[in-house]
Amino acid sequence: MRYAPRSEPFFSRNAWIALGAFAMVTLVIVPALYVFVPEGDPFHVSAYTVTLAGKIMCYCIVAVAMNLIWGYAGILSLGHGVFFALGGYAFGMYLMRQIGREGQYQSDLPDFMVFLDWKAFPWQWTGSEHFLWAAALVVLAPGLLAFVFGVFAFRSRIKGVYFSIITQAMTFAFMLLFFRNDTGFGGNNGFTDFKRVLGFPITAPSTRAVLFALSAIALVGSLVLTRYLIRSKVGRVLTAIRDSESRLMFSGYNPLWYKLFVWTLSAVICGVAGALYVPQVGIINPSEMSPANSIEIAIWVAVGGRGTLLGPLLGASVVNGAKSFFTQSFPEYWLFFLGLMFILVTLFMPKGLTGLAARILGRFK
Amino acid sequence: MSNAADEDLVPSGAPAIGHVATAAVDTSHGPILYLDDITVSFDGFKALDKLTLTVEEGELRCIIGPNGAGKTTMMDVITGKTRPDEGSAFFGQSIDLTRLTEPEIAHAGIGRKFQKPTVFENHTVFENLELAMKTDKRVRATLRSRLGQEDLDHISETLSTIDLFDAADQLAGLLSHGQKQWLEIGMLLMQEPRLLLLDEPVAGMTDEETAKTAELLHSLEGSRSIIVVEHDMEFIDEIARTVTVLHEGSVLAEGSMETIKADERVIEVYLGR
Repeated sequence: MRYAPRSEPFFSRNAWIALGAFAMVTLVIVPALYVFVPEGDPFHVSAYTVTLAGKIMCYCIVAVAMNLIWGYAGILSLGHGVFFALGGYAFGMYLMRQIGREGQYQSDLPDFMVFLDWKAFPWQWTGSEHFLWAAALVVLAPGLLAFVFGVFAFRSRIKGVYFSIITQAMTFAFMLLFFRNDTGFGGNNGFTDFKRVLGFPITAPSTRAVLFALSAIALVGSLVLTRYLIRSKVGRVLTAIRDSESRLMFSGYNPLWYKLFVWTLSAVICGVAGALYVPQVGIINPSEMSPANSIEIAIWVAVGGRGTLLGPLLGASVVNGAKSFFTQSFPEYWLFFLGLMFILVTLFMPKGLTGLAARILGRFK
Repeated sequence: MSNAADEDLVPSGAPAIGHVATAAVDTSHGPILYLDDITVSFDGFKALDKLTLTVEEGELRCIIGPNGAGKTTMMDVITGKTRPDEGSAFFGQSIDLTRLTEPEIAHAGIGRKFQKPTVFENHTVFENLELAMKTDKRVRATLRSRLGQEDLDHISETLSTIDLFDAADQLAGLLSHGQKQWLEIGMLLMQEPRLLLLDEPVAGMTDEETAKTAELLHSLEGSRSIIVVEHDMEFIDEIARTVTVLHEGSVLAEGSMETIKADERVIEVYLGR
């Protein structure tokens, strides 16, 4: 007798249809309605909506990265905000250089450096006027930090809540570091007042539409990458690390390299999301590295459903949608609502909204 | 050995951060496992006290002893989970177990079944065996891994051996206790180890399952060396050639089942009158 393994397609028929529809909406319909339909027309999509949706897509990418490490490999990071922010800062440096002499002080240096009475760019800014170097830094900065941090943490076999706590400490330390003016990244004001990207005016509808579409492409890319990894044997090893690391070690796998691989990959994906986020939102400052921000990322994933492909998207969208609504209508109640949502999900929906949806669908069948 | 790079490595193994790679087991002059004067203490308590034990190639060795005699600690030392304070542990002539990490030891050819059956509960039975299968287990190789016809044959054969062919697509977490024990043994077989360590392999099994397990172990005897730790004396009676009795971290007695049963000190500390 020979066992015949079931072969599962990369994406189901429905998933392909959904993917096509998503591409149609984000790459064609929304940009067209925003750029070509005049304001005031009922079919016009406002700049506010496009920016908000672009921002939420960046958050979705972060949630996908978080799910990769937490949902599949069972490693809860409460410091993913730092990777997102580093990607944002890396690209922000380039955007600052693109301002040229149009700043308040009409200097080659960014305004905050003139204000601090600096005469030249510090060493960190070397090469930041080149787009390609900035793009490389977007990947290298979070990737290198994650790799070095990971080597020490995983080699010492730091796990579970201890790992989560030191990731909180890491993002907090970086926040304090970036708050300092001496660090050379604008202190507590960070970077803002961007004028253009690759020479194109940054607030022009066409530029925004392109950034929006790029975010959508990056989001789909992160999903395809996740699906590829999870379908491969590496995906099975990752869930085995989550479920029984000692069995895996005694089966001859060294979990260190698997953890480092997925941890670094997750950080790099966050960096890319940060780089797409900053030109759309127009600001990056150290508050992105606050411990609370990183916790919120974990909440997105928990609400959406850990270890599912689409759960993180759902979670990031729902929580951020609710955040936009609350912070406009009842700003003082937002944090209470966020806390309540987290408690309810933890208590009653261990698999998040995705699990709830599956349960309801199951009842109808 | 699946990889050319493995061959240049020294037998003592790479440091803890290195990739899993070890030299071949050399049993040309005698035993496959050689423990000499191993001492392990936890906060002053000596879990192992100058333990000396050798296991021959192809031997099936049973180890018994009261709770706290050091049986599990001994397995921890052999598999790299615990480092001995003193003494040496060799796998074959040249592989120093005290200097290798758990995955390196597994890769060198020692498989371990835990006391509590430990399988990957959210994977199917088939996937459990696939993960355990002897192959290059580094990240890049795993990323590209595809199952060939030979691999499928190998897994199918093991599925039949452990009587789980029809449950191949089931999640391992849904198996009965006895089936999980067997799956774990099946995973060890997929690793193609030279030495198997089985910690209470028939705990929680029905009589029929126990008998089948004894049969399975007998069929492996000769081609692989096996160390069984058990409390079930009937099972030991069934399978044992040589029995070692551990007491307070060292060997109290060793010999055939008859000699052991007649040994005054063994009756005193373990078998009871």
